[in-house]
Amino acid sequence: MVGDLSVAQNIFIGREPRQGFRIDDKKMIEDSKALFDKLRIDIDPTEKMSELTVGKQQMCEIAKAISHNAELIVFDEPSAALTEKEIEDLFAIIRDLKAQDLGIIYISHRMDEIKVITDRVTVMRDGCYVGTLITADCTKEDIINMMVGRVIYEKPKEKSLVPDDAPVVLKVEHLNAGKMVQDVSFELRKGEILGFSGLMGAGRTETARAIFGADPKQSGDIYVNGEKVEINSPEDAVKHGIGYLSEDRRRYGVVVGKSIIENSTMAALEEYMRGLFINKGKEKEVAEKYIKELGTKTPSSDQLVVNLSGGNQQKVVIAKWLVRNSDILIFDEPTRGIDVGAKNEIYKLMNKLASEGKSIIMISSEMTEILRMSDRIVVMCEGKKTGEVKIEEATQELIMDKATRQMEA
Amino acid sequence: MQKKKSLGIFADQKFIVLIIVVVLYVVFSLISKDFRKYSTMVMMLDATYYILLLAIGVTFPLITGGVDLSIGTGMICYGLTGGFLVVQKGFPTWVGLIVAVLFGLLIGILNGVLVAIMDLPPFLATLCTCMMTRGLGSICANSFAIPWPGAKAEGGWFHAIFKLTVGAGRKAMNYPVGVIVLAVIVLLMSFVLNHTRVGRYTIAIGSNKEATRLSGVNVKAYHITAYAISGLFAGLASLAYAAAIPTIQPGTGAGIELDAIGGAIVGGVSPTGGAGSIIGTMLGVFVIQLLKTGLPYIGLEANWQQIITGLVLIGAVLIDVIKQRRAALEG
Repeated sequence: MVGDLSVAQNIFIGREPRQGFRIDDKKMIEDSKALFDKLRIDIDPTEKMSELTVGKQQMCEIAKAISHNAELIVFDEPSAALTEKEIEDLFAIIRDLKAQDLGIIYISHRMDEIKVITDRVTVMRDGCYVGTLITADCTKEDIINMMVGRVIYEKPKEKSLVPDDAPVVLKVEHLNAGKMVQDVSFELRKGEILGFSGLMGAGRTETARAIFGADPKQSGDIYVNGEKVEINSPEDAVKHGIGYLSEDRRRYGVVVGKSIIENSTMAALEEYMRGLFINKGKEKEVAEKYIKELGTKTPSSDQLVVNLSGGNQQKVVIAKWLVRNSDILIFDEPTRGIDVGAKNEIYKLMNKLASEGKSIIMISSEMTEILRMSDRIVVMCEGKKTGEVKIEEATQELIMDKATRQMEA
Repeated sequence: MQKKKSLGIFADQKFIVLIIVVVLYVVFSLISKDFRKYSTMVMMLDATYYILLLAIGVTFPLITGGVDLSIGTGMICYGLTGGFLVVQKGFPTWVGLIVAVLFGLLIGILNGVLVAIMDLPPFLATLCTCMMTRGLGSICANSFAIPWPGAKAEGGWFHAIFKLTVGAGRKAMNYPVGVIVLAVIVLLMSFVLNHTRVGRYTIAIGSNKEATRLSGVNVKAYHITAYAISGLFAGLASLAYAAAIPTIQPGTGAGIELDAIGGAIVGGVSPTGGAGSIIGTMLGVFVIQLLKTGLPYIGLEANWQQIITGLVLIGAVLIDVIKQRRAALEG
């Protein structure tokens, strides 16, 4: 939708009714009104699109689809941005459409909605079709069982490796940052791998970015090693020993057009200076030390990062934070886009780092990864923390239940 | 995963541009007897120093992925202001020089703040300061055209930085000592770009600003610094301009920045940022200046120089586009 155009202009974009060379505004508005009447929607077609609420914008999109004589409409997480009243209106329209013999695909992770609005439910996992059930004949648990799957390829961690008296290195209290981070609190202990589980769009990355100072936060306190710290930029976070390894390495993790050396010292260049000048010898030395230590596969330390595989790029990012001597590492989807062999290497590295006393937050959408790596698991759903699970008690079903729970409905 | 340096120096745009410089000089010299005269070379160098200084400075914002359009009118503005103090108000020459350089630095920082803090697009931000400095120059100099002291006049010592005249009358010999001065500056700034944090982060910002910021780098400060360097060099250029052009006219200067920016781009500074070198910029400026000076000598009007320079620029930008497309395919 184009925000600066009117509702009617948006609905008829690309196929405006004409009168000679002139766009027939009157007809366009009348047609829109007729369309809205048919759908029993109350919107003024002359209003600017950007001035409508998200819910009403969605209604306009539906109207547009209908006016295209659509026979099938796909709703992709339509309720995420809507109020309860708006969801009710939306469901009324969907039922209307259904009565008019239109097909509806409704994509959602809200179990309650699926139970209310659908006739059949299809479950997908990791890009694969799992199965289809008749909604009326199944329970929420049936769906969750299909979502998690029965097969676990890797044995989950049996018990936490963190001693009970390990000190808390990072404490986050009542963190708020936009819609995706609402009142999130948790503690991270020394040597711990804290898994962050949840479905796509649960607000885990946003939480990490808010802690790291990459995005502004509205409120909330952060304590590092028991001391309250002000983090308003990544610069502040790095100073307090926090490192962030983005899920999108090529955009946010490495500078792909530069060498391994330059990337390795990016966060700690001030320690590699001789007076005003960069000490290139020392820089190369430390880069090569970590190439060896992390097992980065590259012909030389001058190699441009763009020429490395995903797993090796990830190692360069890890090296960057180790060179900076960061104690708290936030891994966001650490093995995304990395092949199976390299995955295991990354896991081994993470375990080694934790055993050496680094503390790790690991955001992951892969259930096996969460169960295999974490000492403790925080579960998020729609921007809120919905649970905290000890690894000893964690099962896929339990986590998935929390990840799909609707807080207020 | 294999190392891609097999093409050697031929893959380096600097080397290609160096060959172009040599070829242009040889061709023009062969065709025109007047072009190969020593005096022509000295004259050409005189007209190159200020453009080279501007180009060295603007290389920094260009590498961050931005641009600085204010350097041309800015240079005139700073030269007028400094000269006004010297010629009309009787201050010693060194005061005028320092004022000109500091004025340039100030406008550079303003550009940096507009771009890095206020998030204005560099093109717009520096277009605005380009207009402002055009007006400011006239105001500061009270709308006078300013003739800085001549080489022989009192306070004209700064001419000797660029052109040393020994002897008098018909036996006078001109030595282009500016070549040495500029060579030192080129090496120095080359060092700054490749061996200091300012240089490293200037390149990193142009290459991937967000990844640099997420590494905990104070991106805003380094971004401002890049524009400050550009302004500082526009201030320095005003001094070379005063040495080359007898009288600085208010309201002029627009368009000079294009020669400098064009030179930098021809010399291999990526128009999208992230790559470039000071040596390359210098060679690129030579190409532009050779075309500008040389073409009239071989009988082509000045207008042709503009067209040919434009074509050379398209060629240089195309090389960069092709490089990036190839990198995208490989990545």
